Amino acid sequence: MALEISTDALKKMQAHAERDYPNECCGFFYGLEGESRQVRIVHEVENAKEGDQSNRFQISPKDYQKAEKYAIDHDLDLLGVYHSHPDHPAEPSEHDRKVAMPWFSYIIISVQDGEAASTRSWRLSDERQFEEEPVSINEFSTRKTPQNLEI
Amino acid sequence: MAKIIIPTPLRKYTDQNRAFETDKETLSDAIRQFVDEYPEVKDNLLDEEGSVRSYIKLYIGDEEVNPAKNGSRELNEDTEVSIIPAIAGGK
Repeated sequence: MALEISTDALKKMQAHAERDYPNECCGFFYGLEGESRQVRIVHEVENAKEGDQSNRFQISPKDYQKAEKYAIDHDLDLLGVYHSHPDHPAEPSEHDRKVAMPWFSYIIISVQDGEAASTRSWRLSDERQFEEEPVSINEFSTRKTPQNLEI
Repeated sequence: MAKIIIPTPLRKYTDQNRAFETDKETLSDAIRQFVDEYPEVKDNLLDEEGSVRSYIKLYIGDEEVNPAKNGSRELNEDTEVSIIPAIAGGK
């Protein structure tokens, strides 16, 4: 399945990743699930990992519950989680895979020397292996004009 | 009846239902009834020993509970047990 994302939503994630560099940032995104996934809203979440946050992130149970409630209240789907990899490729690590949930999209933003370099999205297969899902920009106007995302 | 609140990533195994009502009176019986109703949930919720997986937490209100330790915990009519994925990771 492909992931479509608005420019604003993508910029918000990337700006968050750059701002929290050299630490990892994290957040949720919401939208609609259909033939493709449409990411419309991004919420930054505090990285609750204690200690070194340069290579780990964690989201508190309270923030997770808030995210589920927000999705229900706004008739949206909680589509997944984004986080950054400072000075590291936008590819899931073994640590990412071990604790990943099915169905969610996992967007990873690679930040090189403080600047967002690439943004990719991944989903778990039934065999619990990550598979990349294509990401495209879509402004969700009445006339759809998706274009490939530079990665 | 007590309710188990189902998180988004597990709803593909529960016919998109967001909650499961249980007539069981203890936490462990309720979880067993839930996975019996939706067998595909089991592999994602429980490990080989039947304990909740380390990256998933169960909460009643603000209190974390675990069927392996609090299995006999009694459920009331209005108890809500939330299944919460422990969202984490890193490079």
